[in-house]
Amino acid sequence: MTAEKRKEGSFLSGLLRNQIFIPIAALLLLAVFNLLADPSFFEVRLGYNNAGSPVLSGYLITIIDCGTELAILAIGMTLVTAASKGQDISVGAAIAISGSVLLRILCGTESRPESLHAPIIVAFLISCLVAMAFGAFNGVLVAFFRIQPMVATLILFTAGRSIAAWINNNELPIVTDETFAWFGNYIPGIPIPTPVFIGIAFFILTWALLKFTNLGLYVQSVGINEQTSRLNGLNPEIIKLGTYVLLGLCVAVAGFIKVSRLSTINYSVVAKDIEMDAILAVALGGNSLSGGKFNMKTSVLGAYVIQFLTTTLYKFNVKSDALSAYKAVVVILLVVLSAPVVREKISELFRKLTASGKADAKA
Amino acid sequence: MKPVNGRSTGLRKRIGNITDTNLLMSITIVVFILMYLLAMLFLQKGFLKPQTFLNLLNSNAALIILSCGMTVVMITGGIDISVGGVTALVSMCSAVWLDYKGGSVLGAIFISLGIGLAFGLVQGFLIAYLDIQPFIVTLAGMFFARGMTTIVNTNPFNVQNESFVKLKDTRIIIPFLGSYNKRGDYINAYIEIGVVVALLVVAVLFITLKWTKIGRSFYAVGGNRQSALMLGINVRRTTFISYLISGILAGIGGFVYFMHVGSGSASHASGAEMNAIASSIIGGTMLTGGVGNIIGTLFGTMSLALIQNIVSSVGLDQAWWTGITIAAMLCTFLVVQSIIISRRKKSLMSAAGRNKTGGV
Repeated sequence: MTAEKRKEGSFLSGLLRNQIFIPIAALLLLAVFNLLADPSFFEVRLGYNNAGSPVLSGYLITIIDCGTELAILAIGMTLVTAASKGQDISVGAAIAISGSVLLRILCGTESRPESLHAPIIVAFLISCLVAMAFGAFNGVLVAFFRIQPMVATLILFTAGRSIAAWINNNELPIVTDETFAWFGNYIPGIPIPTPVFIGIAFFILTWALLKFTNLGLYVQSVGINEQTSRLNGLNPEIIKLGTYVLLGLCVAVAGFIKVSRLSTINYSVVAKDIEMDAILAVALGGNSLSGGKFNMKTSVLGAYVIQFLTTTLYKFNVKSDALSAYKAVVVILLVVLSAPVVREKISELFRKLTASGKADAKA
Repeated sequence: MKPVNGRSTGLRKRIGNITDTNLLMSITIVVFILMYLLAMLFLQKGFLKPQTFLNLLNSNAALIILSCGMTVVMITGGIDISVGGVTALVSMCSAVWLDYKGGSVLGAIFISLGIGLAFGLVQGFLIAYLDIQPFIVTLAGMFFARGMTTIVNTNPFNVQNESFVKLKDTRIIIPFLGSYNKRGDYINAYIEIGVVVALLVVAVLFITLKWTKIGRSFYAVGGNRQSALMLGINVRRTTFISYLISGILAGIGGFVYFMHVGSGSASHASGAEMNAIASSIIGGTMLTGGVGNIIGTLFGTMSLALIQNIVSSVGLDQAWWTGITIAAMLCTFLVVQSIIISRRKKSLMSAAGRNKTGGV
């Protein structure tokens, strides 16, 4: 499509082409649907939990609370997608690993220790390192061995949950320390769930990283044309590797929240299918799944849209196993609508409609 | 296409003359035979009986069929990860049809084929004609299939239908390969019907890929879309057909799987897609397309099954070892592939005037 034609396009098709349009439209659609079906969906109540501290509750709070992990993963996934033209499908398995490491360090070999074996921050940092190491493993396969990202990460996808089981010797240790549960639930006295703060902090950190360094620009240039960026003095391999390591960090933070929510981990189901959601969040954010330009903010928005959808489906008593069927339909609809072929057809249709409208007005 | 005036000599020249497909496939076959011989030497017990080998086939017939479909798709440069989900859906639908609806076995077969066909049609259309990434489409297909399986029926159950149980328990006896048990009784060696189906699929696909026009088109499209287009191949239709084949084979594989386990469950064949991809890769199919062989895939699947068998006979029967060994094997083969191909590329580039050996 040439620039002239783009100018010709009506306001509507301009809006259609804007990246933020898809997530916003999906969000509005869901909101309107919920408003019509049951307005109490938007109710937010201030209540008290078992410990007697004030907590906010309601579906909206659930969405911004539970969407945190997904949003954090979406940030990393966006970068990986942009640089390596593919997605990492091992994030769910990697969460199981980093969560298991976390518990292993906190609990040692006991299944229900009286006291923690190590400070939480130490355990968290070690789990970060482990997750980043696994990220680097994926990154090396993708960047240096030039294996397609989805297939390279397939290795960890297959082995990840097995490794997680092996780390804790097939046991499911439980952390009894109360402060550990703060990070996934509520800190006494603060009515807003803690993951929200963690999510915001993480977002600001990565945003600053991209804003004040050239990383974002480098990632884009590698994704758009590897050869050219090499000629311009960049090292595409190192940048690709870097994005995978960064995704490893995202995985560790998300895993930390996930484990903290329940104070334990079930490695075979924790973060199951989250890779699908994370990829979907990137796609929903209007980012091309074949790399190049990216927009982190729309990906994060996309993650919350997915959580909105999930919560809505749960509210209508859809079983968690059956959830994936509905989501798959939404994914297919989205990718079909965002496919270049279909988009071309739609904008052509719009142009014809507006043209005939003008002709009618003249006549 | 054989490079005529290669500069390297001796063994290197001979290796250089083998096509990518045959080189990767022969590595797999050699590895499989070596592994089996080592297992025979060191683990003796079961591995000396022919039935152990036949059991590898019996329990992996469905996986062989799924892997064959995967290979075809991968040769064209795509990927289909919905096969495991389709298998679960097929077995659940067939189970419900047989037990709750009182349907016939023939009907169940038709249902299986229909489901496979439907997935193949839709996914093929979306990928070939709307240019959507295969991974996304088939990922959605997989989640749809898994979700639908739970919607069709939540609880796993064993099928009681008489004619089906009869079919399930049919054993084809192979003469002269039986063995004597401790009491000295002769036990016949047998294979299940699924194995016959699987071997049939392998044979048909082998012939198709090697000697038919559409088979050669798969390689051409996977090798280089642009040149395939210029050669007058209908690239979109070829891609579409590859997904169609994979879909139908997923249906057939699903029914074979169902015949093997005889029950319907939402958690059936979980991870089958990954095993199928792993089998194809181990069998020498390149992810980048254009390289691959059905016989290699057969041996890839068998290697995968054999390594699981060995792992459990050695005594590492914890569930996690299977996952880790498969992943390690996959990783090794991927890295080997990547190294071999990049080395060959370099030697091809350096030997100016030599033709590039593309497909088979």
